[in-house]
Amino acid sequence: MLDRFTNAMKHRLAWPVITLVLLLAVNAAFNADFLHIEWRGGHLYGSLIDILNRAAPLMLVSLGMTLVIATRGIDISVGAVVAIAAALAAWMIGGALVVVDGVATHVTRFPMPLALIAAVAVAALCGLWNGMLVARVGMQPIIATLILMVAGRGIAQLITNGQIITIYYGPYFFLGSGYLLGLPFSLFIVAAVFIALYLAITRSALGLFIQSVGINPEASRVAGIQARAIIVGVYAFCGACAGVAGLLISSNVKSADGNNAGQLIELDAILAVTLGGTLLTGGRFSLVGSMIGALIIQTLTYAIYSLGVPPEINLVVKAVVVFAVMLMQSAEFRDSIRALVHKPARGEVRA
Amino acid sequence: MSAIVDAEHGGSSAGPPQAGPHPLGGSTNVFVGRGAVTFRVNPKYVPLVATISLFLLMATLGSVFYTGFFAPQVFLNLFIDNAFLIITAVGMTFVILAGGIDLSVGSVIALTTMVSASLVQRHGWSPFAVIPLVLLMGTSFGAFMGFLIERFRLQPFIVTLAGMFMARGLCYLISIDSIDITNPVYSVISQARIPVWSSAEETASISVGALIAIAVLLAAIFIAHCTAFGRAVYAVGGSEHSAMLMGLPVRRTVIGVYTLSGFCSALAGVVFTFYMLSGYGLHAVGLELDAIAAVVIGGTLLTGGVGYVFGTLFGVLMLGIIQTLISFDGTLSSWWTRIVVGALLFVFCLLQRVFAARRGKPS
Amino acid sequence: MAPILELTGIDKQFAGVSVLRDVQLRLYPGEIHALMGQNGAGKSTLIKVLTGVLESSGGDMHLAGEPIRPGSPLEAQKLGISTVYQEVNLCPNLSVAENVFAGRYPRCGALQGFRIDWAAVNQRARELLARIGLDIDVAQLLSNCSVAVQQMVAIARALGVESKVLILDEPTSSLDDDEVQKLFTVLRRLRSEGMAILFITHFLNQVYAVSDRITVLRNGQWVGEWPASELGPQALISAMLGREFAATAGAAPSTAADTTAPTLLQAMALGQAGHLQPTDLTVRSGEVLGLAGLLGAGRTELARLLFGLESPDCGTLDIDGKNVRLSNPADAIALGLALCPEERKTDGIVADLSVRENIALALQARQGVRRFMSIAEQTALAEKFVAALGIKCASVEMPMGLLSGGNQQKAMIARWLATDPRLLILDEPTRGIDVAAKQEIMDEILRLAQAGMAVLFISSEMSEVVRVSHRIAVLRDRRKVGELPGGSSEAAVYELIAAEHEHA
Repeated sequence: MLDRFTNAMKHRLAWPVITLVLLLAVNAAFNADFLHIEWRGGHLYGSLIDILNRAAPLMLVSLGMTLVIATRGIDISVGAVVAIAAALAAWMIGGALVVVDGVATHVTRFPMPLALIAAVAVAALCGLWNGMLVARVGMQPIIATLILMVAGRGIAQLITNGQIITIYYGPYFFLGSGYLLGLPFSLFIVAAVFIALYLAITRSALGLFIQSVGINPEASRVAGIQARAIIVGVYAFCGACAGVAGLLISSNVKSADGNNAGQLIELDAILAVTLGGTLLTGGRFSLVGSMIGALIIQTLTYAIYSLGVPPEINLVVKAVVVFAVMLMQSAEFRDSIRALVHKPARGEVRA
Repeated sequence: MSAIVDAEHGGSSAGPPQAGPHPLGGSTNVFVGRGAVTFRVNPKYVPLVATISLFLLMATLGSVFYTGFFAPQVFLNLFIDNAFLIITAVGMTFVILAGGIDLSVGSVIALTTMVSASLVQRHGWSPFAVIPLVLLMGTSFGAFMGFLIERFRLQPFIVTLAGMFMARGLCYLISIDSIDITNPVYSVISQARIPVWSSAEETASISVGALIAIAVLLAAIFIAHCTAFGRAVYAVGGSEHSAMLMGLPVRRTVIGVYTLSGFCSALAGVVFTFYMLSGYGLHAVGLELDAIAAVVIGGTLLTGGVGYVFGTLFGVLMLGIIQTLISFDGTLSSWWTRIVVGALLFVFCLLQRVFAARRGKPS
Repeated sequence: MAPILELTGIDKQFAGVSVLRDVQLRLYPGEIHALMGQNGAGKSTLIKVLTGVLESSGGDMHLAGEPIRPGSPLEAQKLGISTVYQEVNLCPNLSVAENVFAGRYPRCGALQGFRIDWAAVNQRARELLARIGLDIDVAQLLSNCSVAVQQMVAIARALGVESKVLILDEPTSSLDDDEVQKLFTVLRRLRSEGMAILFITHFLNQVYAVSDRITVLRNGQWVGEWPASELGPQALISAMLGREFAATAGAAPSTAADTTAPTLLQAMALGQAGHLQPTDLTVRSGEVLGLAGLLGAGRTELARLLFGLESPDCGTLDIDGKNVRLSNPADAIALGLALCPEERKTDGIVADLSVRENIALALQARQGVRRFMSIAEQTALAEKFVAALGIKCASVEMPMGLLSGGNQQKAMIARWLATDPRLLILDEPTRGIDVAAKQEIMDEILRLAQAGMAVLFISSEMSEVVRVSHRIAVLRDRRKVGELPGGSSEAAVYELIAAEHEHA
């Protein structure tokens, strides 16, 4: 029995799951209604549903970020890409009130499907740009994506002309705020992306190649893996994920703000990936872990809010959680704790 | 015995990883200039020369296109308006030279302004007590992060990221809104101008903050080139494992660079307080990126071990002159600054890569 | 005379596994002492204990009669024990002089703020290097210098701290014969000055060329200590392996290559500026073509060009009579080529992946992303080769990085054999492998050739090359200088190299 327990603890997802459960417990302890889900207004309603809905954009970005980090890279431009995608979609949809046959309807500047496709395509292009800089030009990922991070918000501002574009178009809001079969529609989007990615990773050699490239890019190349194509691909995918997240976010707030949309989402995404057990040095990764990591972050925010603590403390708590998780993941830290607990140190006999 | 130097290391590369010509070093020389006048530049300094040349080019273009651009005060304003960035970027240079990174600098600046404002305005402390206190606070903060990074082998990116969250969070805990500073000491220092250049038409002067920045810069150059700590920073950045085997104080050096960065952030925060006369949680948002950009444009490699503090100065001046050009132009919106800086970063990094590839690794 | 360094009863355990057991070592001033043993014998671990990188689990160390227990490389240095590592382990981004004096800079006085006296640093570095006969620009970056020079700088650093004991860990792996001789001259000079030198190497002839005494370790235990003159090569190998071992077993290829076999690969005037001059090469199916030459001759460069890792600047490459342009290894693999690279740590193994994944990697890469081999198929493949090549691992799920060097090398070869190539290029496949494993690999190469595979065999051990090749192409200074038939003597090969040298 103890063996099973210690084996389970060694599982990579053990700590993320425990953390999430703890956070949910804390929430439930302070808020009696936290775990309560009911059917209201044609859909499921409750704090848990809320958390899932709000976490959707972060989950998407984290999925893309996981693959990038697995190849030993990083993408700090995702926030800017979110803003660009949101800005483009908002501009293309816009929405003006027009009276047709005596009925006031909202009309878009461009058909909504076109706007959606364009936004995701442009986001993917941004990712492609990053990937080319890293794989073809050979820049370090943090610097390559720093360029787009700096310039990207400027580009988003360019699209919105410095304003915050408000979107007046009902069907668009369905993306971020709508419900399907009682659950938030955004969850379906996340689920679809996750399932597609999971199948691609496990049913093809993609997972193996990504890990190989992350652990030793040169050896992978010698072994015949198209390392460059893979790297460009994961960055493009990450960009696309950020694009979809941008749609969800702007759909949720019904507007696009070139300056603030997606602010700090890159840091949250990197945090989510690290919390989920993937190391920043690349190699083995866990998609499920990143999703759990994103949920942890969202639950944390919710916990702070529901505890009645001023939201400003959000950042401090995030910091403490990050420190705690980092230390737990550090072998040196665990050794120090072990040394403190078992005195004197075993195995090292002073001659 | 004759010298056995190989300029180009060919043959089976069964040796240490960098036994080839170094990306920025080399026994060959780079020739700059045309025709009769050519300069032989030691390849080590090429990125620095490139940055300085570009800066001079921009200054020249500005003077040509905009009246009033070519004025000493305009140049000195670069120092006045970017004093805090110079100090921050200098601290960041050391961290990056040692192979790390510090994302918390902007937040520490904000925290410094907030603590200063809060203590001076709301609790009536004297500035002469507050300033040493906040310097100590920033330094300890940096030291703590450095300790975590070194002792537990944590990733600098994540640790300083958490530090960034922590510092800004603490800011908001003190106050959500900004606190204006009306203390006379701060006002006097903020407005003081020391004349530097005097001619018939104008007097160009410099602020206290800018003076502090220049002092910090000179001290940093001394540390980097004339002290054992500075050289250890370069060594650790070049190869931490080798530095350890050579018996260099790696642990002290790593903790030291983050401590230094913390100190510089705090000092930059003090200068920022003089500049803005308020404490606010939203001060210096994104400043860490500007600092990193300045360091990179100044020629320091993000991989560590290569770069000059002097280059960072020009990196900052470059960012400043872009801002100045855009404001002189008046027609371009401010967000163009972001795009231009991004493009500049791109060009510089591309050049660094091309240069490195040309020096190239022989197989 | 008393030993300057004496180790007795040294134990070292890693997580309960004993790596060193009751090891002893005696080093006298003014001698060159060789430490020998197979891979995994414990030589590196013993050195790490000596230099303070690791702490011993038991035993005593005495330096000049005083008990010592170095807890860090710095402490060991201060005690007077310096090491020159195989990878040199200096800082390539610093100057030569700075590497010599890093951490111990001479200073200016208080008036100058106690700053580093760079003039003194450069001057004293020059003096130290002159002591070992080296005259170079000390202000240049270390990365500009060849590996041989970098090692000299490391030795100069050891002299600078006035070491009593100098340890050299595999110093000659990256040197050509000229440089090896120069290194030995330096060592002999230091020996005459009274330095105690501990020298770890794989090369038997070097051991006899320069050492006074030999200590042998096997499986973490001390086997014996002999004066070099009293221990012949046979006896030395027996001591290292623990059994009688017939030297140079294995027959030469029984028949010459079948010249009617189709030409598989033909390179004409293939070259890359700065790396290889235009070279012609022909490989037929079923033949073993040996590529002989000294370090720096361009053999690896040629291999990389043939495999698509580098792009040629001139010349053509024909495979099966058709002109091809290889832009990356994947192209070459698709045509049936395989390259087992020289640097297995950087170019070969993917350390965190399992043995199974490593072995299946190249085959999977050739099949593409979509045709995924199931875990069961990968396991079957891996286990087949583990058995065939005698790879020692607990299971194929073990991370590759935990295998010993020799087993990693075997796994690398397995990876490429799994792709069933028509031409297998082996670049130093026996480097860092113990004697028995070397033999197994050489026999495997011959078996493969007899089965119809073409093999391009690169090795620095000339005896291996002449023994196993049907034909030998000889390179010198990045160009091909000639070809010799299989069965030629080593002397003939060296003669060919030397003859070109005289003409040049």
